[in-house]
Amino acid sequence: MAVIVEGRVWKFGDNINTDLIYPNTAFRTPEREQHRLTFSSNRPGWVDLVREGDLIVGGKNFGMGSGRPSGKQLSECGIRAVVAETLNGLCLRNCVVAGLPATQCLGVGDLFEEGDIGRFNYTTGLITNVTRGRSLQGEALAPLLLETIEAGGVLPMLVREGYVEAVAFVAAST
Amino acid sequence: MAAMTMIEKILARAAGKSVVRPGDIVVCKPDIVVGLDLPISTEGAWHRPKKVFDPEKVVLVFDHSIPAPTIQDASGMIEGRRFAREFGLKHFFDVGQHGICHVILAENGLARPGELLVCADSHTCASGALNCAGRGAGLMDTLQAMTKGVIWYPVSPSVRYEFEGTLPMHVSGKDVFFHIAQEFGGHSNTSVEFGGPGLLNLSMSDRRTIATMCAEISAEFALFEYDAITAQYLEGRLDRPAQPVAPDAGADYAEVRRIDLSSLEPYVVMPDAVPNNAKRVSDFHDTVPIQQAFIGSCANGKIEDLRIAADVVRGKKVAPGVRFIVTPGSQAVYLQAIQEGIVETLIKAGAVVTNSTCGACFGGHMGVMAAGENCITASTRNFKGRMGSAEAKIYMGSPATVAASALAGVITDPRRVMH
Repeated sequence: MAVIVEGRVWKFGDNINTDLIYPNTAFRTPEREQHRLTFSSNRPGWVDLVREGDLIVGGKNFGMGSGRPSGKQLSECGIRAVVAETLNGLCLRNCVVAGLPATQCLGVGDLFEEGDIGRFNYTTGLITNVTRGRSLQGEALAPLLLETIEAGGVLPMLVREGYVEAVAFVAAST
Repeated sequence: MAAMTMIEKILARAAGKSVVRPGDIVVCKPDIVVGLDLPISTEGAWHRPKKVFDPEKVVLVFDHSIPAPTIQDASGMIEGRRFAREFGLKHFFDVGQHGICHVILAENGLARPGELLVCADSHTCASGALNCAGRGAGLMDTLQAMTKGVIWYPVSPSVRYEFEGTLPMHVSGKDVFFHIAQEFGGHSNTSVEFGGPGLLNLSMSDRRTIATMCAEISAEFALFEYDAITAQYLEGRLDRPAQPVAPDAGADYAEVRRIDLSSLEPYVVMPDAVPNNAKRVSDFHDTVPIQQAFIGSCANGKIEDLRIAADVVRGKKVAPGVRFIVTPGSQAVYLQAIQEGIVETLIKAGAVVTNSTCGACFGGHMGVMAAGENCITASTRNFKGRMGSAEAKIYMGSPATVAASALAGVITDPRRVMH
């Protein structure tokens, strides 16, 4: 089964880092509210505009920075796929383990205007602007990564295989 | 046998293969897996393990928020202690034995040459200074490695840096890294390898700073060749013989770049991003007043960094209106700084020497910035909002540049202070 995602595109520039995606205040915010902090420093109000099923087109070094759960955070906002000019390797990991497909494709920034409809094929690497009828070849994901994404990420697999508890631990804050 | 780079050799061994090549995805058995306090206390990040793959190979270090600044952190650490006790972890660094994990791992011989180290912190590439392969993993990746004993990596092509010459006075490993980040920008999906005839002129402290900072150019792994300096650092720390890797003659590199250490000078990195965002201090003519100067983190909380700070401020005073915060990287560094008189020198100059923790570097505690303030920092990164308010500006420099700036009250070339 191919991993293909189609949706409305949000565009971001170069050097979108993990502090913008998951600000440090999120560490001490209840899980269900953490995603509300996404891009609050560089694009305030975005979390109210993004819709379930939207896609992100990023610039160079997308997701650079820390091990914060950037893939999970973007998923919680409704984002279903990411393509960037270049993608930080840790961000790629954090997307894949959260079941969010992500890859890189040079020239993808010029392929889209914000609001265009994109179709991203992670099995072949073909990145298509459906609105404008043009495509670029990006990097396909390896089978192991595609399988992890199709399984919904690493956590469901660890739970199913009996390695971790299904419900997240909550450290008391009062 | 096909020629391999250092990272290819380590991944091949950990994956049980004779050869790996760029483009492969390998599933490896980790040699050591490191857990931290922050992922336990953060809601949604910790799913209690029902088993660990090997209690001798799973390490827990409290570093980001210690001693606990919030109830949530305190509760998370109770859970961490329970976890360490229930599974009988051999290596647990609780408050009192603590420090920043990458410093603790180096000091305690847990980042071993030729081995594969897994940790969710992005600066895990720090272990590369000791010829140990590490790169930041995801929180769930780390949980998988901790419980199931497996982790996957893409095998990336390597860029090799060949050092030549010797660093000038008042130029340090941080400036070497800034030079690389400025000249060559991001290294996404590429590992880096460091060697060359100038390597013997780079101290272990400088190597640890450079390796740690490679997270900021989005490098995968960052590995230094093993040599007499590595062996000397590790003497008495390892519990088994080192099995270092060296690159094969004829190993395939994406590029080989030469760095003449003697040609380098101090750099200042402008706020918000590290790659392609630095200026040589001699080209930096802005007058930037600072309210905070910080030296610490896994990159610059070493005893050598604190010695530099003390040398710069000895007998002088921090400028009025400047908070000069120095955070040792571990309890061991702190103790040594006390024994060497460094703490006294810093305090007499008007600095604050804090408990060892990640602290201000990640805007957690012990030096959080307010809106409208400027900071010059010798820590790991300068992202908007990193050290507190998104309206604070974070400039980066070496420990010498930060200490000199603390005295002047504006960002300053350390060579103007040290004659």
